[in-house]
Amino acid sequence: MTEIERHSYDVVVIGAGGAGLRAAIEARLQGKKTAIISKSLFGKAHTVMAEGGAAAAMGNVNANDNWQVHFRDTMRGGKFMNSWRMAELHAKEAPDRIWELEHWGALFDRTKDGKISQRNFGGHEYPRLAHVGDRTGLELIRTTQQKVVALQQEDHAEHGDYEARLKVWAETTVTRLLKDADGKICGAFGYVRETGKFVVFEAPAVVLATGGIGKAFKVTSNSWEYTGDGHALALLAGGTLLNMEFVQFHPTGMVWPPSVKGILVTESVRGDRGVLRNSEGKRFMFDYIPEVFKHQYATSEAEGDRWYDDPDNNKRPPELLPRDEVARAINSEVKAGRGSPHGGVFLTVVDRMPGGAEEIRRRLPSMYHQFKELADVDITAEAMEVGPTCHYVMGGVEVDPDTGAALVPGLFAAGEVSGGMHGSNRLGGNSLSDLLVFGRRAGLGASEYVDGLDARPAVPDAEVDAATAEALAPFEREGGENPYAVHAELQQTMNELVGIIRKEAELEQAIASLGKLRERIANVSVEPVAVGAGGRGYHPGWHLALDLRNMLLVSEAVAKAALERQESRGGHTRDDYPQMSADWRKVNLVCSLAGDPSSPHVALKRQAMEPMRGDLLDLFDNDELKKYLTAEELPAGLAEEAKAEEAGEAAGPGATAAAAKGDAKDDEEDGR
Amino acid sequence: MSYEAKFKVWRGDDGDGELTDYTVEVNEGEVVLDIIHRLQATQAPDLAVRWNCKAGKCGSCSAEINGMPKLLCMTRMSTFDPDETITVTPVRTFPVIRDLVTDVSYNYQKAREIPSFDPGDAKPGELRMQQVDVERSQEFRKCIECFLCQNVCHVIRDHEENKPEFSGPRFLMRIGELEMHPADVSDRREIAAKDHGLGFCNITKCCTEVCPEHIKITDNALIPMKERVVGRKYDPVVWLGSKLGIVKKGQDTPSA
Repeated sequence: MTEIERHSYDVVVIGAGGAGLRAAIEARLQGKKTAIISKSLFGKAHTVMAEGGAAAAMGNVNANDNWQVHFRDTMRGGKFMNSWRMAELHAKEAPDRIWELEHWGALFDRTKDGKISQRNFGGHEYPRLAHVGDRTGLELIRTTQQKVVALQQEDHAEHGDYEARLKVWAETTVTRLLKDADGKICGAFGYVRETGKFVVFEAPAVVLATGGIGKAFKVTSNSWEYTGDGHALALLAGGTLLNMEFVQFHPTGMVWPPSVKGILVTESVRGDRGVLRNSEGKRFMFDYIPEVFKHQYATSEAEGDRWYDDPDNNKRPPELLPRDEVARAINSEVKAGRGSPHGGVFLTVVDRMPGGAEEIRRRLPSMYHQFKELADVDITAEAMEVGPTCHYVMGGVEVDPDTGAALVPGLFAAGEVSGGMHGSNRLGGNSLSDLLVFGRRAGLGASEYVDGLDARPAVPDAEVDAATAEALAPFEREGGENPYAVHAELQQTMNELVGIIRKEAELEQAIASLGKLRERIANVSVEPVAVGAGGRGYHPGWHLALDLRNMLLVSEAVAKAALERQESRGGHTRDDYPQMSADWRKVNLVCSLAGDPSSPHVALKRQAMEPMRGDLLDLFDNDELKKYLTAEELPAGLAEEAKAEEAGEAAGPGATAAAAKGDAKDDEEDGR
Repeated sequence: MSYEAKFKVWRGDDGDGELTDYTVEVNEGEVVLDIIHRLQATQAPDLAVRWNCKAGKCGSCSAEINGMPKLLCMTRMSTFDPDETITVTPVRTFPVIRDLVTDVSYNYQKAREIPSFDPGDAKPGELRMQQVDVERSQEFRKCIECFLCQNVCHVIRDHEENKPEFSGPRFLMRIGELEMHPADVSDRREIAAKDHGLGFCNITKCCTEVCPEHIKITDNALIPMKERVVGRKYDPVVWLGSKLGIVKKGQDTPSA
């Protein structure tokens, strides 16, 4: 009989990044006995990698900024695919979450009058990112980590036990969510890395805050933990995933040396005057400004350069277009043979800052350090070589915007694992503030849900038995494949066939390959090690064998949704459907599991997008709305106008029924 | 450009273990962690190593390479001679869990004993601080908690018996960070010496030398803290002033 520990909590938070810690802090503040389950050590979460900052319309640097402008930028960045309610809550609440962090001890960089400084970033109309040099994510993690400790100290003073109401389970991985007979969440099942022991966490509410899926791709900025655990756990528990086709490829990852390929080069390099050049020395981004953004970006180098010092009278340089645009532009340049020696393009700050090398080192200390140590490149004297890297998944668990509640009763999600907030493309800086805003909301939502229950759900033995058997299976099989080899092939498949530019035939090929990988994953085997329960103590091969199930499920979700969506928008680019379609904007693609529960597959359905509230629509110019919305969706007067235009154009050659998507498509096509 | 390198990697658990020989491929631009991963993928799927970001930002992959405390992900193979045998062992100051993974819970216990940031009566959004004032503590907040400074510090490296009284450079620096935080109202000078062992430090600067973030732990955190502690306790003017009731002594904040 396998030994299984049992522990009881009110709220279990899976994930100890920014969203998980903020959710746990909130649940504990609401008086709930809370556990944080962390796949790594406490304080090592992937959030530490976030460099640029946290977007919040505090208006410290430019007083014109407010939540409406931030909301507008977020919707534009996401190409109107966002859950507008989430974008609204995010824009409204982000400033309070940043001030709260400061009140917990965070030390942001300052303005001259002593307020939190804010920096420019791609897609943000005003300087908006609260930052600490280029290590803002570390500050966010350390501050929330230290707030967790502060709460534990309060509990120690009161109960004599630091972990009386808030415990961090470091290096513990959840492999299954548990549900009771009524289909409600009743806990989670996992293993402790150090010992390999199994643990059942009995809890009526679970918050998923597991981050992303980058490890399903070969070139990624993500760390080993990013195996889509939360996405898969939600699916397996009967939850749904929203718009998984939208995957953000950050335009600037390192491309050399090979061992660091994919590691991020922060967007602040571009925010701080960095420019992109091709092998001919040309600042090529001016050739890639899409029609929808034409009025917000500079058309000459001179104007772009003036903007850094006089943003009110000049338009911003196109290096600061949203990430999807820049990533595609780099991809096109490389494909056209104008790339750098190692298959990227050049990003340089040399001679771009008034303070010279000294200022570069001060403004971009981590980048200076990273290139010096890992690539032997001195960024004050040489250009960096950069190219797109899989960075972030916009798609995720379908949640209620206000509470983070998933479709499964008792299940909540926040941060990268949840879907909707960022639409088809996330703006830089919107992630850190997303973690805080929706981490708090999910912690609150879970607490309120627990308060509303009549009785705690019981954990059925059969659920625990099934989870145990599944976790032990890689040891039971003999002579199966090495999990590392299968993982490498999965990553290769996703990178090559479901990467930054997609086409129908390749996506079909990917789905077929994933089908074959499914059989091989079901067959991987591992040998026991010398220590821990059943030879499972700190056993990396076994951990990967279990993570493969999750990566396969999310890969299937991404590939199937990418095949279904026949348009190009944000983090989803179809070579065979290069235009953005207003009709497709109204469609959310929702993934769930179907078929044999022992080997379920991803099923897809279309779900109508909820129309935006009138007062939010009013924040946009009519001309802009016409670029994104269908005629029926436009405010009354405007709809007539658009229909008339449509009728007029329909006579012309090549016109389609969805002409209201308008100028967007033609120029976007040129832009690729 | 690739070659076969000779490695000795410590394999074993808390009880015992030994250095195991491996010959493994090395390619241009790789770091030691890449080689450890290649061993995992090809020769030793159960080789335990702790790592996360692979970019020197999370501080997970601390180990000792040829006896020097280093991050595996930031140690480039090009810094070694291709003929050299490279020895990788777990950090020595903490108990081994398995192979290169150690039990670093000592650090998390020490973190809990330091009273947290206290903004006093200030409300969120009200704080005003100058850049020049936040920069001192910002330097210490660059810490990625790799615990290499803790590992190298001779006070505990071979002296298990000092661990209860000594919090190590990382957490003495944390006390310094809070002391120098412009908005913090607590006074941790007394506990720095009494509970956390500031006096054990005899400024050999080993911690500073191994810090991958190049934080000047000794010069900027530990020595100024020593001065503050001494100032509070022994400054004759302060002593006289407080005797006469001119200088008001603040409340000492107890350990948490």
